[in-house]
Amino acid sequence: MTCPVPLANRDHVVLGHGSGGKLTAELIRDVFLPAFRNPILAGMNDQAVVRLNDSRVAFTTDSFVVKPLFFHGGDIGSLAVHGTVNDLAMGGAQPLFLSVAFIIEEGLSMETLHRVAASLGGAAQTAGVQVVTGDTKVVEKGSGDGLFINTTGLGLVPDGVNMSADQARPGDTVILSGSIGEHGIAILAEREGIEFETPVESDSAALHTLVNDMLAVTKSIRCLRDPTRGGVSSALNEIAAASQAGILLDERAIPVREEVRGACEMLGLDPLYVANEGKLIAIVGPEDADALLDAMRAHPLGRSAQKIGTVTDTHPSWVSMRTVLGTTRVVDMLAGDQLPRIC
Amino acid sequence: MKYLDEYRDPRIAHALVHEIARRVTRPRVLMEICGGQTHTIMRYGIDELVPPQIELVHGPGCPVCVTPIEIIDKAIAIASRPDVTFVSYGDMLRVPGSSVDLFHVKARGGDVRIAYSPMEALKIARATPHRKVVFFGIGFETTAPANAMAVWQAQRERLKNFSMLASHVLVPPAIRLLLRSPDNRVQGFIAPGHVCTIMGFQEYEELVRDFRVPIVVGGFEPVDLLEAISMLVAQLEDGRAELENQYARSVSRAGSEPAQRLMRQVFEVADRKWRGIGMIPASGLRLRPEFAAYDAEKIFGLEELSADEPKECISALVLQGLKKPVDCPAFGKGCTPEQPLGAPMVSSEGACAAYYQYRRIL
Repeated sequence: MTCPVPLANRDHVVLGHGSGGKLTAELIRDVFLPAFRNPILAGMNDQAVVRLNDSRVAFTTDSFVVKPLFFHGGDIGSLAVHGTVNDLAMGGAQPLFLSVAFIIEEGLSMETLHRVAASLGGAAQTAGVQVVTGDTKVVEKGSGDGLFINTTGLGLVPDGVNMSADQARPGDTVILSGSIGEHGIAILAEREGIEFETPVESDSAALHTLVNDMLAVTKSIRCLRDPTRGGVSSALNEIAAASQAGILLDERAIPVREEVRGACEMLGLDPLYVANEGKLIAIVGPEDADALLDAMRAHPLGRSAQKIGTVTDTHPSWVSMRTVLGTTRVVDMLAGDQLPRIC
Repeated sequence: MKYLDEYRDPRIAHALVHEIARRVTRPRVLMEICGGQTHTIMRYGIDELVPPQIELVHGPGCPVCVTPIEIIDKAIAIASRPDVTFVSYGDMLRVPGSSVDLFHVKARGGDVRIAYSPMEALKIARATPHRKVVFFGIGFETTAPANAMAVWQAQRERLKNFSMLASHVLVPPAIRLLLRSPDNRVQGFIAPGHVCTIMGFQEYEELVRDFRVPIVVGGFEPVDLLEAISMLVAQLEDGRAELENQYARSVSRAGSEPAQRLMRQVFEVADRKWRGIGMIPASGLRLRPEFAAYDAEKIFGLEELSADEPKECISALVLQGLKKPVDCPAFGKGCTPEQPLGAPMVSSEGACAAYYQYRRIL
């Protein structure tokens, strides 16, 4: 058998390389990891935890290129705070300081910039973090897309907290903090001009207070992830791969709001792959699961938290799902972005 | 969700499985035509639920999969031009042509955009009169009316900068080809519900009559498919060969007359090459000569461009239901959705991609 269509797939960066799926993982593995090789980076978590003197400092960075800049439930400013705060929180860190860099395209209205800055400042204040340093660049018209923002965050990890994607063990419970797909669908709706009876709002929110309440129950949570780009599927596939364990989900237990389901049905998308910005996935020992679930449900951002699956010793590194009909299917990590089907 | 949950109801589904098991007395090979149906079967594990005597084989109804390679090459040639804005349904962008795919044209600076409807391409054409806007009009009878509407509307508005690279295919000639094949094993068909919503099912009644084969028009949810399978099994066990309509909430015998009228007005039936299968007479649609001014192949002088169909894995056999994707030695190894060798691995409607996505370790 000859392989007839060897595509020159690796000559150029394609959009899929930024999707958070397999192509992104490939880019990191083949280009960045070899160039920056060190043991902290090799942990491949949402944040790096480094020891400085006697403190454990969590350190992370994230860039925001969302289009449109304003959407139901948020905007690029608040998102830039929530995204980075959440990356710190997923390591159990108390977020403290942010840097903010603006890359502005010539011609952006001053009013827009004011609104974004105000929103970013407000979100930081609500989250209890301070923006302590920053940078501004303006690029020529056509060299950017209105506005890009990068935020970097610093936080402190309390003693005894040691969460990482490689710690899931067979028998552990998978908990999801609420309904999925709202951020991705809110953005898509805005972009495509899709209207709902009740508009879908982005779930963009800072999750560190929820994490605090969870850590108050037990410090031995194995792993936290916020399922952003690539959705729940990518986050769980990363955990399964890092832990060399299988994950079995229960389709019926995964909360999806009606509007999100409707939009996904219409557009041919699977909510498991749609982005979230205010949800987390927790992998916890079975003995802690119930108490954690209660604590999460007592927090406004975890009210509809659910146990959605278990870690297994079958199919290591794979995520599968018991469907509503009782059959089992693979929940794969997508190669690139989900593509709307033709019919 | 109403009109959805009841078609995914486990109790109804299991009752249908029970009924199928009660009726079936010997091995039966059934084919669902449409890639959307294949996707549901894999996603919900319908093939696991039904009794072992029922073998489901997957038909050629994936528009992405059967679009011939020279059409992809033509799309790539057009989209690579600096004066063109090329608009396409999303999953066509990843289909390999002879050398690259449309995503790579985009990565190299081509203006390639994803749209949900050809009307979006019209909108772009109106807004950017200095650009040549080309819509990639592919698909079965399902997408043909909307594509026809876009061309018709462009002519009415006398839009000078809009055209369509049209390569439509028709379902009934493909079923006829399968049934004529000496290798055919299929004993009953689930006809594609969305195609029949447009076209009705009179053409399928002719197939039932000519080949004495049971055909049930089926929907796309698990309960739809199980009910269609149950109806086919009942026909086979009773020795009947009839056209039945499981998807009556959407399909009528005559279909949508306005949609068909518009299709006839803009398109004419033509011979068409199917990727992996080859030339099927009178199996496609092309723009009528009256609409030549909107025919991208003519405008860009690409009518003569041809490409050799590579010996793609076993996709020809997969698309005819003669082999399962897992029978291919390249499946999941040399051929993955990241590096597809054949089109059935590209679209989520393709049988290979559906197996790969939902089934490869189970």
